[in-house]
Amino acid sequence: MAVNTVVPPSTGRRQVSWGTPLTYAIALAVAAVSIAPVVYVVIGGFRTTPQIVADPAGLPNPLVWDNYARVLTQSNFWQQAFNSAVIALGTTLAVVVLGLAAAFVLARYSFRGREGLYTFFTLGLLFPAGAAILPLYLMLRDLNLINSYYAVILPQVAFSLPLTIVILRPFLSAIPRELEDAAAIDGASRLGFLWRVAMPLSRPALVTVGVLAFVASWNSFLLPLLVLSDVSLHTLPLGVQNFSSQYTTDTAGVLAFTSLAMLPALLFFTLAEKQIVGGLQGAVKG
Amino acid sequence: MTSANQIRMPAGGASASPAGPHKAGRASARRADNRRKWYEIIGLTTPAVLIYVMFVLVPMGFAVYYSLFRWRGVGPPTEFVGLRNYTLAFQDPIFLDALRNNAIIVFGSLLIQGPIALGVALLLNRRFRGRAVFRLLVFVPYVLAEVTVGIMWKLLLTGGGTVDALLRSLGLGSLVQAWLADLDLVIWTLLAVLTWKYVGFAIILLLAGLSNVPDELTEAAAIDGASWWQIQRHVTIPLLGPTIRIWMFLSMIGSLQIFDMIWVTSVPAVRSLGASATMATYMVDNGFFARLWGYGNAVAVILFVISFVAALLFQRFLLRRDIDGAITGRAK
Repeated sequence: MAVNTVVPPSTGRRQVSWGTPLTYAIALAVAAVSIAPVVYVVIGGFRTTPQIVADPAGLPNPLVWDNYARVLTQSNFWQQAFNSAVIALGTTLAVVVLGLAAAFVLARYSFRGREGLYTFFTLGLLFPAGAAILPLYLMLRDLNLINSYYAVILPQVAFSLPLTIVILRPFLSAIPRELEDAAAIDGASRLGFLWRVAMPLSRPALVTVGVLAFVASWNSFLLPLLVLSDVSLHTLPLGVQNFSSQYTTDTAGVLAFTSLAMLPALLFFTLAEKQIVGGLQGAVKG
Repeated sequence: MTSANQIRMPAGGASASPAGPHKAGRASARRADNRRKWYEIIGLTTPAVLIYVMFVLVPMGFAVYYSLFRWRGVGPPTEFVGLRNYTLAFQDPIFLDALRNNAIIVFGSLLIQGPIALGVALLLNRRFRGRAVFRLLVFVPYVLAEVTVGIMWKLLLTGGGTVDALLRSLGLGSLVQAWLADLDLVIWTLLAVLTWKYVGFAIILLLAGLSNVPDELTEAAAIDGASWWQIQRHVTIPLLGPTIRIWMFLSMIGSLQIFDMIWVTSVPAVRSLGASATMATYMVDNGFFARLWGYGNAVAVILFVISFVAALLFQRFLLRRDIDGAITGRAK
């Protein structure tokens, strides 16, 4: 959909005459409904609790910075953001490396049992992470991993692998045979081909699976809730939940904390929106 | 995706030299290369296979085992009770409520989000100024964590909160409800919040699917005199089939496992009465917090079987053509 194709004049004019105002009205309405609550929360963080109680739908008058300052200086916000970042980055890195290695074999080696191995991985798409959470907890407890970053990272990697492999394999298969031959003539082994040719060429797909794994990890709640009882290891979703139940009367503080917890995700997703949609589409067509 | 998809590497040893007299030497070189190939296959796949087996497959096996015991989670399970945990679950009215709530969320999500998303996507399937910004804004609820969104709506919906104030200021004070405390209403409130969170995702997915529908087809139909609605009905929507089905699949699986949002938004007391419980919250409440580990694992197995069968049936009958038998059928 690069450049406008030639549109028959009649339909073109019809679209403009009635389509445009309706289009804008709908687009505006849907967008407004989507972000109004979020905007309200961010603005609410700039008010005081008595103001909010007296007039829940009002605007900040005067603007109060105190809530945000309090959350940033006196709460565990930074600690939790750090924990979330370590876990999300660790998960993403491991998923991409392990997924790429497995998908490369499944895409470019032919051997007996290859399709069986692929089906074995795709089966994981049908395994709901939520259902496995109790035995997972017991297993991590027996492995002495409770209250460590690994307790969250390892299961997250395992549950992200199937989708990663399903997205990466067709991408790696699509690299033309000629490139591999050329690399071989230049003296590259199969692993050299993976490192020097296949990996750079599949960068878009790697970004996609990386973003999806990061998103899932950053937002995850159930697994950390069970395996991270140590408060100093809590991630942001746990922090939001704790803060809101600990300071039930401090509505303005909760609004400020919630807004700040949203911020990294919003920034990240603004940058990665295309990859998320592209990745899901890739999974459909892959 | 592309025709190059078909290109696969032939069996190892493809780099064999032209036919020559040194047959034995070539054969051993091929054998060496074949061995190296297997080392690579094993070396590259083992880490992924190990971690996948250990943390995805093994736990479900253990769940089945633990579910046959009455067990408080201390020491090895010893009190074998057979299938009693399962019969107990299906006799517990709270669990049946949880099942009903999951059904409400599964079908409610499909029936409410589907038409809304399809309608909005079809109406917005044209170039307009600010389309990129629109996509970003509509995506916002989806990218936020369910927990964050849940806390946010909990604040907005509390008695005398913002939603109530807004209704009153619009002169609709009679509509004010105990959104999260009314036992008959709470699941519908939660469904509304879930709709808010996930309808944008459906819109974005469908818009992306629509951008793959060739303009030529709709233009040809328009030249043949088809009305806007006829074009949508007979050309665009059928071509959107794969995207719609994959969205339905994702929505269904997510709804069956729903936990985070329910957990933080609804009050524990309301949840424990079953009014807002789902299978997942019921499982965690009983298994983890009440330490009924055997019973909790039985609920986990039930949740797993329901999700697995639903996914398998959906895959078998609706998705087959779309992901080319990746899961059930023959992988090509």
